[in-house]
Amino acid sequence: MSVTAATADGHADPHHVRGHDTQSGPAPKRIVTGYGFWIFILSDMVMFSAFFASYAVLMGNTAGGPKGAELFDLRSVAIETVCLLLSSFTCGMATIAADVRNRLWFQLAMAVTCALGLAFLALEGREFADLVARGAGPTRSAFLSAFFTLVGCHGLHVSAGILWLLTMMAQVFTKGFRPDIQRRLLCFALFWHALDIIWVAVFSVVYLLGSAA
Amino acid sequence: MSEQVEDLGDPVEVAPGDEAEVRIGERVMGYVAGLGLAVLLTGTSFFIAGTQLVWQPSIPVAIVVLAIAQMGVHLVFFLHITTGPDNTNNVLALAFGLLIVFLVIGGSLWIMANLNHNMMPMDQLMRMQR
Repeated sequence: MSVTAATADGHADPHHVRGHDTQSGPAPKRIVTGYGFWIFILSDMVMFSAFFASYAVLMGNTAGGPKGAELFDLRSVAIETVCLLLSSFTCGMATIAADVRNRLWFQLAMAVTCALGLAFLALEGREFADLVARGAGPTRSAFLSAFFTLVGCHGLHVSAGILWLLTMMAQVFTKGFRPDIQRRLLCFALFWHALDIIWVAVFSVVYLLGSAA
Repeated sequence: MSEQVEDLGDPVEVAPGDEAEVRIGERVMGYVAGLGLAVLLTGTSFFIAGTQLVWQPSIPVAIVVLAIAQMGVHLVFFLHITTGPDNTNNVLALAFGLLIVFLVIGGSLWIMANLNHNMMPMDQLMRMQR
């Protein structure tokens, strides 16, 4: 009898090895959608890994041009990092607000997320314009080509994320928290948090290692 | 037997990004904890990159380790990827993705370092072509 009681508590069979869930039918649509989008995010990370690999290989090939340490402004990078980190947090708040179906807090959190994302993009755009103006554009050296490709690709992802964010705000505004809208919000949150993970790799490998070396 | 039937209500898996916790206060605290840890790790990275206080050759290693730790924090606190039995599929997909990422980055660096090592220096190569 004690065994049965333990099973009910979920302690005796924590990994469901006995497979008593085989008769529970296909997974709910939310899980299928989320999992498919998770696979997409991972393939996106594989794509970024190719850009990271090319950047790491070409990092020293400056063709007599400026090195990373002479170009990067770490203060601006730190502000960009804070913007993206806080936007990840407010995106999490928006997820919670959507789960409890609170429209006001949802729209507020999404608006803050959008503002922080735009601030990030503005800082990055200013940095790129500054580099090009100083003659360190993507055509200067293999190092700068790889730099603009990697960081610019992340910036493009953030831009696409902001367009998606505004779409989701409008969809919740007009259609409310329907199950299909909730699934889209799940995917959007995954996308936005994944962008922050890639930015962690960017600021560590490109900016911090670049100015330390 | 009736207890076992109740057990069927357990979520067998969860979507990536969904978390098991349902109370709002606890969930917000989870994000706050993640944000705090991430700020701590980011601050340490930026501090270490510019300081003269530590042994200089250790700096790149420290930055890479801190970055990997912070990615882990993001995965656990923001994406809610856990090692729980309801997360097996998500973790396996992540593990496969990481395998490919390490193969691409590690393989590229390894092969290109070998090529650089075995190739004649560029100025000699230029002289030979004249």
